Amino acid sequence: MDLVYLSFILILSVFLGFELIGKVPATLHTPLMSGANAISGITLVGALAGAGGEGSMLTITLGTLAVVFATINVVGGYLVTDRMLAMFKKKAKVK
Amino acid sequence: MSTNLLINLSYTAAAVLFILGLKFLGSPATARRGNTISALGMLLAVVVTLLDQAIIDYRWILLGIVIGGVIGTLAARLVAMTAMPEMVALFNGFGGIASLLVGWVALAQSQLDSFLLLTIFLSVLIGGVTFSGSLVAWGKLSEKLPGRPILFRGQRLVNAGLLLANFACGALFVLYPEQPFWLFLAVVLSATLGVMTVIPIGGADMPVIISLLNSYSGLAACAAGFAINNNILIVAGSLVGASGIILTNIMCKAMNRTLGNVLFSGFGAAGGTTGKIEGEVTALTTEDAYYVLEAAQSVVVIPGYGMAVAQAQHVVKELQLLLEKNGCEVVYAIHPVAGRMPGHMNVLLAEADVPYDLLLEMDEVNPRMENFDVAIVIGANDVVNPAARETPDSPIYGMPIINADYARTVFILKRSMASGFAGLDNPLFYRKNTRMIFGDAKETLGKLVRELST
Repeated sequence: MDLVYLSFILILSVFLGFELIGKVPATLHTPLMSGANAISGITLVGALAGAGGEGSMLTITLGTLAVVFATINVVGGYLVTDRMLAMFKKKAKVK
Repeated sequence: MSTNLLINLSYTAAAVLFILGLKFLGSPATARRGNTISALGMLLAVVVTLLDQAIIDYRWILLGIVIGGVIGTLAARLVAMTAMPEMVALFNGFGGIASLLVGWVALAQSQLDSFLLLTIFLSVLIGGVTFSGSLVAWGKLSEKLPGRPILFRGQRLVNAGLLLANFACGALFVLYPEQPFWLFLAVVLSATLGVMTVIPIGGADMPVIISLLNSYSGLAACAAGFAINNNILIVAGSLVGASGIILTNIMCKAMNRTLGNVLFSGFGAAGGTTGKIEGEVTALTTEDAYYVLEAAQSVVVIPGYGMAVAQAQHVVKELQLLLEKNGCEVVYAIHPVAGRMPGHMNVLLAEADVPYDLLLEMDEVNPRMENFDVAIVIGANDVVNPAARETPDSPIYGMPIINADYARTVFILKRSMASGFAGLDNPLFYRKNTRMIFGDAKETLGKLVRELST
């Protein structure tokens, strides 16, 4: 049942992703990519259980490494996207 | 309310925030807010996960988050806008290796069935390919590795063998999970596959491979989500996977090539003929160019990777202001694959404070190209090559281009007569209405700015 339920989520999210991104104008392609990249750092959520669990030393080490990499991805990704988007300005209507 | 329920309800909220964030990213006016919303979703998902009873020790988590947070913040603050493509590639790779590690950790779970093992293998495979592929892309973009395609005899055969070896290794891993050897082999094979996938990609094809790796990093997170039975990873990962695939598709269409062609053909090394080119090259001094520009009523600027290399975006903006003061209309025409990543030119021009509504897409600018007095091509080559329209046996035939040659006068800012990335001669340089202005683009533009401001 789990598998069916998870696949259900997967398929719907993929279609939603296609719908959402299809409309993004070319001028925003870089921020979109880097913003999406930050979202892919969601794997951090999975890394937390490994780093903080009661597993072996190996599991904790691997988990902590995963936390480091995923955090770089998340924090860096969002900040750099914000930095880029702060630069996008519309032409002032009144000169 | 049980903790588990709270966590899952918060994950639902986080998923909604990601979706809203991506939706707002679709318009320049709301994009920044969208990014913040998506970041809030991430914060919510992470904080609520810490409530999980399976987590008993916070020391290592704290250490990891502090180290990662400091590195991420510094990298994001310090990176130069021109270095953005390699930065995005690097972050992407980190997401990939994190998913690989999460898959590895998932192996420590008590109950492992074949399906779970398969998803663990997939997170290792996709995570590994994303990681090593992104590192090679980073090396190529930052010019630590040669940017040209690296090709050798039998490359396809080697890659096909590698892919088969990966699948065989996956099957053995699922059958004998108690033997760590198969997992190590999977890590090594996936990393090798990532390297082999990216080395034959040349500089101008980078936008495609960056989008593809972006998609992979999402798919890796998605596979990791299956491995640890976590639906927020699946939702967020597949959203990113889908967005990356769409971008990849847009980039491929902009080059009139299929993904398979980009991945396997090593375009730049192919060479090829453009047929006979007639006419001769006419060079122009900046002084003469100034007289033409002073009289122009409308100018279109067509930037390419050369503008990024010369870091000429700020001086381009100065030129734009002076021309506008002179009563001339200035717009920019941006080809979807200009530069080294999707939207590369837009980011550089935004950095120079060029309003984004002056940046026109190919389809908007082409119909009115005849009405421009001057088209200034800065460091672009293949995206304005009329052979794509006129010469059926040209390797780039059929690729949609910006029809710079239809403008009344075309200025080409170029260092020398060297051919573009595709190694093709560009008939545009030999047209009657084309004037070549040789030299460093930044210096040339600087001279024009000085002439115009006196």
